[in-house]
Amino acid sequence: MAVVVMMIVSIICFVLSNVAYDPAVGIAGAQATDEDVALIRQTYGFDRPLPSRFIDYLGNLAQGDLGVSYLSKRPVLDMILERLPVTAMLAFFSMTLALAIALPIGCAAALWPNTIIDRLSQFLAVAGQAIPNFWAGLLLIVLFGVQLRWLPISGSDTYAHFVLPAITLGTYAMPPLMRLIRAGMIDVLGSDYIRTARAMGIQPLKLTFKYALKNAVLPVISLSAVQLGFMLGGSIVVESIFALNGIGYLAWQSMSRSDMPVIQAIVLMISMIYIVLTLLADLLNAYMDPRLRSARK
Amino acid sequence: MTTAATIPVPLPDEEQLIPRRGFWRRALSHRTFLFSAAILLIITLIAIFAPMLAPHDPYLQNIAMRLKPPFWHDKTVAEHMLGTDQLGRDYLSRLIYGARISMTIAIGATLMSALIGITLGLIAGYYGGWIDTAISTVITTRLSMPIILIALAVVALIGPSLTVVIVVLGLLLWDQFAVVTRVATQQVCARDYVTAARVIGSSLPHILFREILPNIRAPLIVVATVEMAQAVLLEAALSFLGLGVQAPLPSWGLMLSEAKTSMFFSPWMIVLPGSCLFILALGINLIGDALRDLTAGGRG
Repeated sequence: MAVVVMMIVSIICFVLSNVAYDPAVGIAGAQATDEDVALIRQTYGFDRPLPSRFIDYLGNLAQGDLGVSYLSKRPVLDMILERLPVTAMLAFFSMTLALAIALPIGCAAALWPNTIIDRLSQFLAVAGQAIPNFWAGLLLIVLFGVQLRWLPISGSDTYAHFVLPAITLGTYAMPPLMRLIRAGMIDVLGSDYIRTARAMGIQPLKLTFKYALKNAVLPVISLSAVQLGFMLGGSIVVESIFALNGIGYLAWQSMSRSDMPVIQAIVLMISMIYIVLTLLADLLNAYMDPRLRSARK
Repeated sequence: MTTAATIPVPLPDEEQLIPRRGFWRRALSHRTFLFSAAILLIITLIAIFAPMLAPHDPYLQNIAMRLKPPFWHDKTVAEHMLGTDQLGRDYLSRLIYGARISMTIAIGATLMSALIGITLGLIAGYYGGWIDTAISTVITTRLSMPIILIALAVVALIGPSLTVVIVVLGLLLWDQFAVVTRVATQQVCARDYVTAARVIGSSLPHILFREILPNIRAPLIVVATVEMAQAVLLEAALSFLGLGVQAPLPSWGLMLSEAKTSMFFSPWMIVLPGSCLFILALGINLIGDALRDLTAGGRG
């Protein structure tokens, strides 16, 4: 399944960079004459039939060659790898923040349903879902960067530069996690084995964390992987607001200069990361949940 | 790997598929429903009657009246209640017309993605077997690709406009429709009335669209609200990045993008369009929650 999906994604990326957009025009640049474009088309072999070009494209992919940028003339892979750590760090901080809010509040909401804390969790979830994340970013810039002058608002030199972007992206990822944790905990707390454990007199704290949370957290792992994947996509907006020099910012810059090889490589990269993340989440789930392990065999 | 079938989505129990009797009676005493319905009704009315409500022409520039602050500010001008933008256009009028754009995109993109997603989901759920596997693979592929990046790339290739944004979002937001329709169809297919329809020789479109579809509409309406909110926020993000609705159209996202340069001196220019987006998305999300609550036999 994963292999088929990767295959389809690479076809789409190929169409994006070679069929929908003429690569010869891209390499030649905006001022090129028709003869220049024709010459480049011949030299680079863009006049060959699409299937044979696609096979070359796949061959290059397999060797880790994602093409060369039209503008900087550098290998795209290098450009992406240079900036991947910034985006990875942003995603990591945002995810940590989202979980740090979602886990305790989601659990508390499930333990005491229909109280103030439950209302608060529902409000946070609904509000967090409705806030346009770039708007949240702008408000944070105005408030903390300009009015209070506490934090830097642009660039990626120090850890302090990651605080506002991580808050922005974290609010975007948090609501579904919190909903799932709350729903999962309510489900588990109402189950027979928890009632039995409670009847056996197991300490409430141990009961909540060791017995209930461990089971409720299983679907959260899958969702976290999915959310991490979405974050890589969402990073394009956040990074362009905060001028954070990651792959999202690179994608946006390439977009405004129609540097197609870079864009298709980033799409490909993010899809692959998403596929790998969901695979890892499944493995982790199988490791943590013995029922899944035996069901798979 | 996580396929379309295992993505956590709010899936209906069997008895939840059909709205229960007395839906409206319960809806009218449901506080969240009334609140969110009121928000959406007001925004819809504003969008429809924009020409009558707007005090000024939203496109009329007036260089002498640039960047006037709104009414709570000392230096406000009486004729522009919510101030003016960097070209001296009346901000209130632009916000009012902006409702039209957001609503058009929300409805257009959602209808289109519903058509695609529901058709795929019905076919996959009804046939099963290799057709189901093929469609599930397509759904998983769609899920693995970053929506906003693809949307940006496609818009950059074709050239941005309102229609392009609606079509691109419509082509990208169908995944949840497909996932939910597929599972709901699988559940409903085992019912007697579907077998009966098959036995009396009803045509396939009749079975899919007249027998199955009406019986799985409740969860689909909830999905529709989720996708509408998504479409509104994505349009705003695309326009904000300069690859969505184009100037001089008063899209809320585009207004935010234009206000970005003067946000340090005139922060209200950021606050106002963003609040509009927030309220619209909040209304849509809340009505989705309320509908889920109302159709899901007393759970949650």
